[in-house]
Amino acid sequence: MQWFKADLHIHTVLSPCGGLDMSPVSIIKQAVLKGLDFIAITDHNSTRHCRLAQEIGRKHGITVLAGAEVNTKEEIHCLTFFEDMDKASKFQQYIDENLMFIENKPEIFGYQLIVDEDENILEEEVRMLGAAMNTSIDEISEAVAALDGIFIPAHINRLHNSVYSQLGFLPPSAHIDAVEVSPVADYMKFLEEHPETGRFCHVNNSDSHHIERIGLVTTEYYMEKPDFNEFRMAIRNENGRKVRSI
Amino acid sequence: MNLEIIINQLNLKVLAGKENTGREVKGAYASDLLSDVMGKAREGYVWITMQTHKNIIAVASLKDIAAVIIVNGGNPDEGTLVAAAAEGVVVLGTHEAAFSTCGKLYKILERDAVV
Repeated sequence: MQWFKADLHIHTVLSPCGGLDMSPVSIIKQAVLKGLDFIAITDHNSTRHCRLAQEIGRKHGITVLAGAEVNTKEEIHCLTFFEDMDKASKFQQYIDENLMFIENKPEIFGYQLIVDEDENILEEEVRMLGAAMNTSIDEISEAVAALDGIFIPAHINRLHNSVYSQLGFLPPSAHIDAVEVSPVADYMKFLEEHPETGRFCHVNNSDSHHIERIGLVTTEYYMEKPDFNEFRMAIRNENGRKVRSI
Repeated sequence: MNLEIIINQLNLKVLAGKENTGREVKGAYASDLLSDVMGKAREGYVWITMQTHKNIIAVASLKDIAAVIIVNGGNPDEGTLVAAAAEGVVVLGTHEAAFSTCGKLYKILERDAVV
């Protein structure tokens, strides 16, 4: 087993706030340049750029986990990850059924584009992906668990769109696999105030919306190889797998 | 109801968008969930919230909100005021809580039958 370096929270140009430079091919090239072993594509309320990123990733020898950063009814951002595109697509159906329909205004919220490997625009997503779903954190975490996925509340120490800013606590009824903490906020103080988060594995990611941010914040995982199942064992601290973050 | 009247009667501080304080107010909505506001607030409404993050300006702009009232003496983030200035969104502040702000505003708007 060995240490693998990962950045598992990256937005593409499909996310309303994602820079126009965030095409899957540019992201993969930057990840390789930064020496990352695996990454994840986690657009707001969408998995639609994951397949392409995985295909390009394979050509460049980098594993890409398929995921999404969902926005719950309580406006809590949570990372979700799936073993394969079949399961990610099933989760996409769940998102489509539950995402509040508000038409995107690109001039206010930014463009939401699906591109191909050559960065040609294939489609513009008309639904505002920054909107919230009409399902709670408990319900969404259950839907993720039903697809054997991984559910990680995002940047829990941030002052907006985090489980602590919106609820003030980690809901005990949600199926939580790990928590993501943001290094920009005062992490040690947060740990002192919320020792209860210590029962979960803490991971750090860049939450990149622009190409130069990729890999600036990472977490290392000790495991056999960089893939979904090894990643899950690592965050559960199972079979000798482990995690090294802040 | 003219927004100026509301600003005066509720003694609100104008934090951004001074040039648009003469707008007509068609109603009001109070909520701290942005998606709820996106779904339910209407054009020309005043929006009462304790949120200070710059995303409130995007939502106010999307719904063509007449003004955002930030309660509890909340200080909008620097980015919020910059975005408000760029979009011409009126941002108002008060040290009162949402409950009393809503109560007073309701009385004013009721008089004018725009609730």
